[in-house]
Amino acid sequence: MSVGEKFGQMLIAIAVFGVVFIGVLLVASRFGGRRGDRVQAASFVGPVLLFLAVGLLYPAVRTIYESFRNGSSSGFVGLDNYVSIFSESELLRVVLNTVVWVAIVPFVATAVGLLYAVLVDKARGEAFAKALIFLPMSISLVGASIIWKFVYEYRPSFRPQIGLLNQILTKLGFDTHNFLLNEPWNTLFLVVVLVWIQAGFAMVILSAAIKAIPDDIVEAARLDGVGPLQMFRFVTLPAIRPAVIVVLTTIGIATLKIFDIVRTMTGGQFNTNIVALEFYNQSFRYQNIGLGAALAVILFVLVIPIVVYNVRQLRKAA
Amino acid sequence: MSTTTPAITDAPVRIDTPRRGGTARAARKALSSRVASVVAIVIGVLWTIPTAGLLVTSFRSAKDINTSGWWTAVTNPSFTLDNYREALTGGTTNSLAQFFINSIVITVPAVLLPILLASLAAYAFAWMHFPGRDTLFVAVFALQIVPIQVTMIPLLTMFNKAHFSGSYWSVWIAHTIFALPLAVFLLHNFMREIPGELIEAAKVDGAGHVRIFFGVLMPLLTPALAAFGIFQFLWVWNDLLVSLVFLGGVPELAPLTVRVAELSGTRGTAWYLLSAGAFISIIVPLLVFLGLQRYFVRGLLAGGLKG
Repeated sequence: MSVGEKFGQMLIAIAVFGVVFIGVLLVASRFGGRRGDRVQAASFVGPVLLFLAVGLLYPAVRTIYESFRNGSSSGFVGLDNYVSIFSESELLRVVLNTVVWVAIVPFVATAVGLLYAVLVDKARGEAFAKALIFLPMSISLVGASIIWKFVYEYRPSFRPQIGLLNQILTKLGFDTHNFLLNEPWNTLFLVVVLVWIQAGFAMVILSAAIKAIPDDIVEAARLDGVGPLQMFRFVTLPAIRPAVIVVLTTIGIATLKIFDIVRTMTGGQFNTNIVALEFYNQSFRYQNIGLGAALAVILFVLVIPIVVYNVRQLRKAA
Repeated sequence: MSTTTPAITDAPVRIDTPRRGGTARAARKALSSRVASVVAIVIGVLWTIPTAGLLVTSFRSAKDINTSGWWTAVTNPSFTLDNYREALTGGTTNSLAQFFINSIVITVPAVLLPILLASLAAYAFAWMHFPGRDTLFVAVFALQIVPIQVTMIPLLTMFNKAHFSGSYWSVWIAHTIFALPLAVFLLHNFMREIPGELIEAAKVDGAGHVRIFFGVLMPLLTPALAAFGIFQFLWVWNDLLVSLVFLGGVPELAPLTVRVAELSGTRGTAWYLLSAGAFISIIVPLLVFLGLQRYFVRGLLAGGLKG
């Protein structure tokens, strides 16, 4: 396909949807009165509901169904797929690695983001300082993975180092370390990449929450002679608690679903595999539909309690 | 937050309070603020160095990259554009220029389509009355929790049956579907902020929903649409999973992320190529982000993050 054809197809797609959009509005505007209101509402909401029902709801139900069937989806196997995930040592390792990710990324990213938000609050050059931390959020996970793979680049000690971390190690007199290969720490070095990205997100949300604390409360505490640490502990933290929970849960959910980092940096080798990557491999590389579906369902099931907790907390706060 | 007037609450009035306490307290305060600055600077530097390292590397010759660390470029600067030239034009089928175009062709409709569809639905949920409205809105909102992984195999099967698979249509439609729950939720929140009197006044003047939608709401919603647009742009441009599943087998149509990830797998030590490739894929979202950061932050604060 030539470049012209590609852009042609793009314009056609936009035009098709534009025509549908305008068509819906034209049809809607022709109806008046009470019944007309219903027709108008249906034509406004209809397209979205159709897309979601066919493209999200039906596939989700279908995947749950497939997760009880065999690899080629030709017969039922009951809970076999789930049993293998939690009994075969290789798959169990995948689940445990995912647990490690979810146990570390949200908390460390939120802690760093919160610390930084507090430190730069009302400081000189705040906007610039924030942009530095925030920038990784615009980078693709693939790009971030390559950036960090270069930081971790390994060479034997006697050769000139090109990876920053190993250069530091050799300068300090240690041997070089193969960060992405040596278990079990390699998973932690992958986790760092997501922390690096998500800290910016945490920082932005928490910084806004800190700025929303009424000035008179902060002023009153300051006049009472409250020091910075106590201020943080007794004024700032309670005031931004709901925002902290939103940040923790949002990052937690994102962490479960991300597979780009592991896939780009180690390909899931050296025992760094996680559920989201194993789902991709089983479904699209090994064509093992049943097991892939079961892994996807596990992701879904793991997300639900986090969301429920989040909604409960929000309701409590409201 | 108002969409029509600048938020005045953002600029708190500073009142200088009279100094109290002795010099000891002042000293402690100065010390703590100095410690705070140092810690902040350390974090800022730590967060920037990895990117800076690869950026510097992308401008060094392949030989330099392999024989000395990028930090030596500070004392011994020697830069070249060869890596970018090689990455963009080297080999006719593998040049990143082609993948760059694919990324654009994939992203533009995948940003516009959900905005069109979601703004219609968001309007209906915000300002129209019909039975089951609130239940449906909660249902759409709740669909945000479905991980896209759960939908992929059946979606791929459907695209195969409809002969969409292996074409741009599959990624356009997939991205649109995945964007809708968040888009409807975000735009609905922004639309609810518009004062009801405006809508009522337009109704009294005899305007139908279509005229209210275009005449009253759209002009006021530009910042909201921008906020969501940037979200969706970054999401689609940076996406790997959706493109890999629906276009992975078609290198001719695959976006930059797929190609750069592949390079990392097959040419993992060719840093001259990887570094330039990574920055070619990063530069567009980076510019968009820096230019429109304000809207992006607003979107984040209004609706959380998609993943």
